[in-house]
Amino acid sequence: MTTAPDRPWALLAELTHACPLHCGYCSNPLELTRRSRELTTQQWAEVMHQAGELGVVHTHLSGGEPLLRRDLAQIVTAAEQAGIYTQLVTSGVGLDRSRLSELTAAGLRSVQLSVQHADPDASDRIGGRRSFADKERAAALVRDAGLPLGLNVVLHRENLDAVDAVVELGLAWGVDRIELANAQFYGWGLLNRAALLPTRDQLTRARDAVERWRERLAPDGPELVWVVPDYFDGEAKPCMGGWGAVSLTVTPDGTALPCPAAASLPDLDPPNVRDHPLSWIWDHSTAFTRYRGTAWMPEPCHSCSHRDQDFGGCRCQSYALTGDPSRTDPACRLSPAHGLIRALTEGDGEASEGTQGRTVAIRRRAPGRAGATGHAGQLP
Amino acid sequence: MSVAAMADWRPVPAPAVVMRHDRARGTDLLLLPERVVVLKGAAGAIVGLCDGTRSVGDIVGELADRFPGAPVAGDVPAFLDQLRTEGWLR
Repeated sequence: MTTAPDRPWALLAELTHACPLHCGYCSNPLELTRRSRELTTQQWAEVMHQAGELGVVHTHLSGGEPLLRRDLAQIVTAAEQAGIYTQLVTSGVGLDRSRLSELTAAGLRSVQLSVQHADPDASDRIGGRRSFADKERAAALVRDAGLPLGLNVVLHRENLDAVDAVVELGLAWGVDRIELANAQFYGWGLLNRAALLPTRDQLTRARDAVERWRERLAPDGPELVWVVPDYFDGEAKPCMGGWGAVSLTVTPDGTALPCPAAASLPDLDPPNVRDHPLSWIWDHSTAFTRYRGTAWMPEPCHSCSHRDQDFGGCRCQSYALTGDPSRTDPACRLSPAHGLIRALTEGDGEASEGTQGRTVAIRRRAPGRAGATGHAGQLP
Repeated sequence: MSVAAMADWRPVPAPAVVMRHDRARGTDLLLLPERVVVLKGAAGAIVGLCDGTRSVGDIVGELADRFPGAPVAGDVPAFLDQLRTEGWLR
């Protein structure tokens, strides 16, 4: 007899893959969904209703750029009616006073704003378009509206040395939370890994800076969140809090995934909310049950005392680096494949490339659109 | 918080905080950005009285009626102060 899995707490709603920015570490898949394939307003409202029934209490309304959905306020309303606490995850581009008023009237609870660097020119360069001024204005509007505001900064070789300035920017903008998220290497991030991977020295300095700020800011300053660089720590991250354990992702075309990167896994056959109720997807679909719990684990995970803390690490990373999603995450020093990670981060590995006078070009998704030239192989 | 300030305080959830009952799990929750606080045992009943109109004394009185014999006079103000320190009540 099997018992029902724990209910999910959170839903990542990727409303569209369209985005005015085209960052080299974009978390969207290489194959972007066309706008014509996106779920309708009514379908998203139904997803929110079903998610609330299932036990979801938080949703991140994300993308792409969710503000490009003209019906965003209606989707917020549906989430609010389902008792789900909403957070808009945005580049800030397109957030003016009237749009924010419309969203807060619909029940929007909080905003997470991305910034690429504390220096405007560098932020615009990393994001692939002029956007820093829009972000600054968006931050002020959110503060004026009295909504909690978080700043999200993906850290990589080009901005890790600016962590102090990023924290100062967050203080100047009056944010409640600063998420310093070391780049993860999936999809676009994996494609651009040679340009993004920092050096160990950069990471050590940045981590020390974060510790100094934490001591200075506690207890009343903004919360500082450091998302670990798992390539360097020798420890697997507890990816998603476990497979199908805490949260689920619904992509723009309605595909339901245990994590936003899982579309890359072979033979996952992920279900779609157009075809199945969310409760069946969570409880019974093979995509969600395949790596749930610990029974699927190979050694060294299966007998490891860490297995209930790190859940064997990340399936997508195991697949990306070894070709087998069921192996121990190579980020773990106990993994038989850990040498793959060490080769990248030590000696003459990728992490040292940018420091030896060589520059590595960033390959970007097509600007402002989704799907038109979405496949990496078609990009210059 | 001083004893006098505690007596005058009419606690209410902070603007970013939503309290709701979670039917799927049969518990009360506080929802905040990036965070869920599960209110176990009588915690939901206590926070549910924090509506900005009741003073801490009112809340203690109501709970003493509802839970006879429970050590509410000492425990409830301490619990509310703890939630205030976390920034969830003000």
